[in-house]
Amino acid sequence: MLQAKVITNVRKMSDKASIVDIHGEVNAAAENSLMSAFNQASASHARAVVLNFRGLEYMNSSGIGLLVTLLIRANRQGQKVMATGLSDHYRQIFELTRLNEAIHIYDTEAQALAAANAM
Amino acid sequence: MTTSSSQPNEGKPRDATYWAQPVSRLKVSGVPSEAINLNVDGRRVMSPLQGFGQMWQKNYRIRLAGTKSIPAEVIKTWKENFQKFWPPGNRFYAPLTSISPGEVAVLNLSGPGGIKLSTGIMVIYADDESFTFMTPEGHMFSGWITFSAHTEDSHTVAQAQVLIRANDPLYEIAFRMGGSRQEDQFWVQTLTSLAAHFGAEGEVEMQATCVDPKLQWSQAKNIWHNAAIRTVLNTPVRLARSLFRRNAINTR
Repeated sequence: MLQAKVITNVRKMSDKASIVDIHGEVNAAAENSLMSAFNQASASHARAVVLNFRGLEYMNSSGIGLLVTLLIRANRQGQKVMATGLSDHYRQIFELTRLNEAIHIYDTEAQALAAANAM
Repeated sequence: MTTSSSQPNEGKPRDATYWAQPVSRLKVSGVPSEAINLNVDGRRVMSPLQGFGQMWQKNYRIRLAGTKSIPAEVIKTWKENFQKFWPPGNRFYAPLTSISPGEVAVLNLSGPGGIKLSTGIMVIYADDESFTFMTPEGHMFSGWITFSAHTEDSHTVAQAQVLIRANDPLYEIAFRMGGSRQEDQFWVQTLTSLAAHFGAEGEVEMQATCVDPKLQWSQAKNIWHNAAIRTVLNTPVRLARSLFRRNAINTR
């Protein structure tokens, strides 16, 4: 079985937004770690969860699938999912898979948080 | 709060060669003349987020007990013989350069009552142990299907995992009225054939989860591209062309 090679860290930035830092590999094995970080970020009823991909080293198609299921959960809870820290390569993958049409991408954390706080 | 404008991940990521480049519209080439090549060229790819119906994640897996083939060998064989493992009556017109990122394939699928449906797929991801197809507008489903192999308890396990929504209201009705079961049978047969190729016998295990029970009415317009309707409507045109060609050959 695949071993998870991902580390997540949750930072509560305001009443409205939390950031999930993602380091390492996002594939099928990252499910538990990613979902648990998302639950933690949602626990304070944050209206926006910002996924920070600055530390992302590898992502396969199962990883993209995980992001879709995470997005559906957020939508069900009335939350927005945002992304920041994406390299050009991972931006292209978001474009290819049309994830960029559902997850708003920001260049910096500051921009993402400003958008979240303006909600 | 951390803010930075520098580019993250400046080195080339390990997965860079596994992913296709983004495309705005699909372009298909090298399709054999016997194929019904409709509903692929010029279509956009569809993720599960752009579909209409309930979102389903389904896993089909089979343990290749007794085979010594490692996951990479299984995936290599699967890629090279993809059509061979499909149930009879369905055709996968493989790209000329095999299943690799960015390639587009035409599918001719059998529908109820002998109806043929022409659609396609794009290979969006392929590495040594997995590959993923994404569907275009008009396909029955919007989403991805990933084929993979891994080792579990010292056995190789082959797996197909779909993350899909029915693309439009008509497909959603069909999906609920037996289409879902038909889809299950399709992949069960495929995995059984794959296992047989490796001399393995076993049961295909299936797991289905409804990820999103909601219908996306904003995507009902997808019916405009419905490949089943368009293939049927195109049938007289194809028959006329074929007759014309036959007459032209006979008069030479």
